[in-house]
Amino acid sequence: MSLLDWTTAGLLSAGGFFFLAGTVGLLRFPDTLSRLHSLTKADNIGLGFVVAALAIQAGTLAVALKLVLIWLLALLSSAVSAYLIGGHVLREMVDRGSIDRAPIQNEDHDDA
Amino acid sequence: MTPEFVLDLMIGLALVVVAWAALHSSELFRGVIFYIVFGMLIALGWVRLGSPDIALAEAAIGAGLTGALLLDAVRQMGYGPTRVESTPLRVAAAVVGFCVTGMLVWAVLTLPHAPGGLTVDVLAAMDRSGVAHPVTAVLLNFRGYDTWLELGVLLIAMLSILALRRRWSLAGGSPPAAEPLLGAALSLLLAPALLVAIYLLALGAYGPGGAFQAGAVAGAMGVLWYLAGNRSVAALGGVSMRLLCMGGLLAFWVAAVGGMAAGGRMLQLPPGWAYAVLLVVEVTVTVSIAVILAALFVGARPLPDGRG
Repeated sequence: MSLLDWTTAGLLSAGGFFFLAGTVGLLRFPDTLSRLHSLTKADNIGLGFVVAALAIQAGTLAVALKLVLIWLLALLSSAVSAYLIGGHVLREMVDRGSIDRAPIQNEDHDDA
Repeated sequence: MTPEFVLDLMIGLALVVVAWAALHSSELFRGVIFYIVFGMLIALGWVRLGSPDIALAEAAIGAGLTGALLLDAVRQMGYGPTRVESTPLRVAAAVVGFCVTGMLVWAVLTLPHAPGGLTVDVLAAMDRSGVAHPVTAVLLNFRGYDTWLELGVLLIAMLSILALRRRWSLAGGSPPAAEPLLGAALSLLLAPALLVAIYLLALGAYGPGGAFQAGAVAGAMGVLWYLAGNRSVAALGGVSMRLLCMGGLLAFWVAAVGGMAAGGRMLQLPPGWAYAVLLVVEVTVTVSIAVILAALFVGARPLPDGRG
């Protein structure tokens, strides 16, 4: 195996570790917000390592850039969906009275 | 056991487990989530079977848009435990389900043994099809009739939504409250997504892609645009929306009648004109699919007066 292959193997293992840790967190953490926290680690860092591993094997710059673009899009969508789920959970907690007020105030929201 | 076989085995087993979980979860919401996971796994399965065209369509429509529709339906019905139907009804559903499964298994087992199926015939006729990708040639040219009827099915679904709303347009419903971050993300994503849709459409001529995949991507953006607090397809007037929805069906009709007028049979595309005709049909079909798919979601939202 060449140095490039060893680097890919290392990066893939690192990505796999973050996916494993994120999945364990998703299954074991007690509430939605902490589960989101662990899930975004898998989405962002885990996928980042996997994309880096594949990009250095891509051969052409165009394919490598496409892979990086996929990672950036995944970053964007994971950040936005985590925000949306988190906001929903916070509003529910306020409705149930388990916290006084949501740290992020969203005026006239009726999404619940 | 090769690594590929292990992967295929895992996908196959996961499909059965997730399907069971989707049907047997105690909450509707949980069932819908498992259904979305099932759609993504099916898409993965199609990739493993070497059918990226179906995988794209399944991921976009089966998991994405249908998932969004089901999630919205669950939200309107209220989260909570699933209602268990009466025993006779469940027995009847099981009998019908087993009969359909049995007939499908029987149909597959009694298929005439023809190695390669129709692949040889399709590949032999490719130079007359007007496109370079066999799947697109089958969908739009050789078996254009099927695609034509599929557009009819989509239009009927659209008409059912309008009938349930008892209105001729999608106007009237109030869009959901604006999510600032979703709106900001969409303003970043809208242009690349449109580019992807156009790319998929153009790719259909010589690679996996085409009208359904492109229409699904554009339609999904229509749904997200609506969820970000905009009127999206509901902003279209009654007449222009109906024309856009019917466009694909009409384009096929023109191609069908045009073929007959040129002295051929119905849907027989004159050689030399095939590419031009298919291009016009495919673009129109894409727009229709995008508008109908987005309208199915937007039109299924409740009206302020409680109808629909």
